[in-house]
Amino acid sequence: MKALEIHNLEKTYANGPHALRRIDLEVEEGDFFALLGPNGAGKSTTIGIICSLVNKSAGAVEVFGNDLDLAPERVKSCIGYVPQEFNFNPFEPVAEIVINQAGYYGIPRTEAKRRAEGCLKQLELWGKREEQARDLSGGMKRRLMIARALVHHPRLLILDEPTAGVDIEIRRSMWDFLHQINASGTTVILTTHYLEEAESLCRNIAIINDGEIAERAAMHEMLRRLHQQDLVLDLREPVDEAPVVDGYPISRTGPCTLEVLVPPGHDLNPLFDGLSAQGIQVLSMRNKQNRLEQLFLNMVKNHREHSA
Amino acid sequence: MNYWVAFQTLVIKEILRFSRIWVQTVLPPAITTALYFVIFGTLIGSRLGEMDGYRYIDFIVPGLILMAVITNSYANAVSSFYQAKFQRNVEEMLIAPIPHWVILAGYVCGGVARGVVVGVLVTIVSMFFSDLSIHSYGITLAVFVLTSVLFALAGFINAVYANSFDDISIVPTFVLTPLTYLGGVFYSIDLLPPFWQEASLFNPVLYMVNAFRYGLLGVSDIPISTAFHIILGFIVALFAFALYLLKKGIGIKS
Ligand SMILES: Nc1ncnc2c1ncn2[C@@H]1O[C@H](COP(=O)(O)OP(=O)(O)OP(=O)(O)O)[C@@H](O)[C@H]1O
Ligand SMILES: [Mg+2]
Repeated sequence: MKALEIHNLEKTYANGPHALRRIDLEVEEGDFFALLGPNGAGKSTTIGIICSLVNKSAGAVEVFGNDLDLAPERVKSCIGYVPQEFNFNPFEPVAEIVINQAGYYGIPRTEAKRRAEGCLKQLELWGKREEQARDLSGGMKRRLMIARALVHHPRLLILDEPTAGVDIEIRRSMWDFLHQINASGTTVILTTHYLEEAESLCRNIAIINDGEIAERAAMHEMLRRLHQQDLVLDLREPVDEAPVVDGYPISRTGPCTLEVLVPPGHDLNPLFDGLSAQGIQVLSMRNKQNRLEQLFLNMVKNHREHSA
Repeated sequence: MNYWVAFQTLVIKEILRFSRIWVQTVLPPAITTALYFVIFGTLIGSRLGEMDGYRYIDFIVPGLILMAVITNSYANAVSSFYQAKFQRNVEEMLIAPIPHWVILAGYVCGGVARGVVVGVLVTIVSMFFSDLSIHSYGITLAVFVLTSVLFALAGFINAVYANSFDDISIVPTFVLTPLTYLGGVFYSIDLLPPFWQEASLFNPVLYMVNAFRYGLLGVSDIPISTAFHIILGFIVALFAFALYLLKKGIGIKS
């Protein structure tokens, strides 16, 4: 079953911007899906339409087979939404925000309190439950919005840049958390500007640029499409000049560092065999650039050139 | 889907909101009314003769209570919904499966709740200054509630259109206050020249003040059934208009 189906979605804002141009998008139930794109590409607009916060200009949206125009309440019941910007009442206590949200979904107050406790504990906010939301730190506010989005047990969780401004440790724990949520059967759609986040979490991605889908593929397929990898090798001993290994262009960027361009389809074994034969020991290896980042930049650039 | 729970949640949230800031919401009307009673009722009023057969202070009690109810039910709806727009927590409701009429009903009941709390408080204050007896409980209560429903609706509509904090005080200052002051709170329209008596009949607040005065004292400048028809007519019209605004997403959806 499809968790989300979007056909020919159009959005022109009243004051001009043509934010979405006939977008088509499908997300399978159970997927962990990344919607990527540069600033102003139309990610939040797409999500806003799915969540009934933005009026679409044309097109159709279906969530678990329910049409947004025909059965808006069923669509809404399926979705949990974590917005890009803080949108709670800053003067309300943390627990009340979550309990009220449950109430809006029709969950009676005693049950809502029980669920709010669960969600707040899961997101490590239980100790802050009586504080006004404005007194939370930025990362805690993000977690509060995630707790609020989960309180009605949505089948589809949509997160618009959930880890913006969150420290590395909490970001990692949020990744684990989202992983669990997804493993327990919730479909997750996420936008982010941290591409390593998308790479480590998501199974499928779409890249949106200037209101159009520039690319839509499985993550592993997308990564395979990278034409070449740019590797940085750290060596145990300094070398005076770049070694030569057949088929692998190598340059020396420092006494103990080499850069290797690995052509598409090549294994790494011959490279290491060649280096070992010359007595060069490699201590560690990393990608010069995040692979997805590289791909992303290429795609956006191509799409721009293509549209121009 | 259980709309009752959503409605309850909205009302509880609204009541908690104005209770948390009771010093700004509930206390001021009590103080203002007490001042009105001291100045107009006791100091000046004692030098005035009777109005419609009542001591001046007794004559103005119903109007003052109703004025507090009007101002507060309006203020609650306008500031609460405008704040929800401004802080974007209105989105919490928009993403949830709640029909528009339930959202509207929630805000209206929040306004009524504050109107009633303040109204009761002002009534208690007025008991210190005049011998309040109630002519008809049914009419008093009905006018009390219907008036706050009407003005909560009006406040809600004001909030939908408001784009700044200034916008939520313009209507109360330039429309609401003049209408209440000229709506016969402090005088019987019999005192006015014929032209202004006629003109006053276009002021909806006049009907509410008089119906309320009838409920408390048993006197009114206008027929009670006319008053009820007019109040109900306004409620229906404003409710329909507010629903239309919500459906279109005016001021809340782009
Ligand atoms: N409420 C609005 N009114 C008018 N134009 C808007 C509104 N919201 C977004 N836009 C415009 O629509 C386009 C898409 O914006 P959107 O917020 O969807 O981008 P985004 O992909 O989420 O970007 P970011 O990564 O910066 O969050 C932009 O040109 C933006 O200026
Ligand atoms: Mg965005």
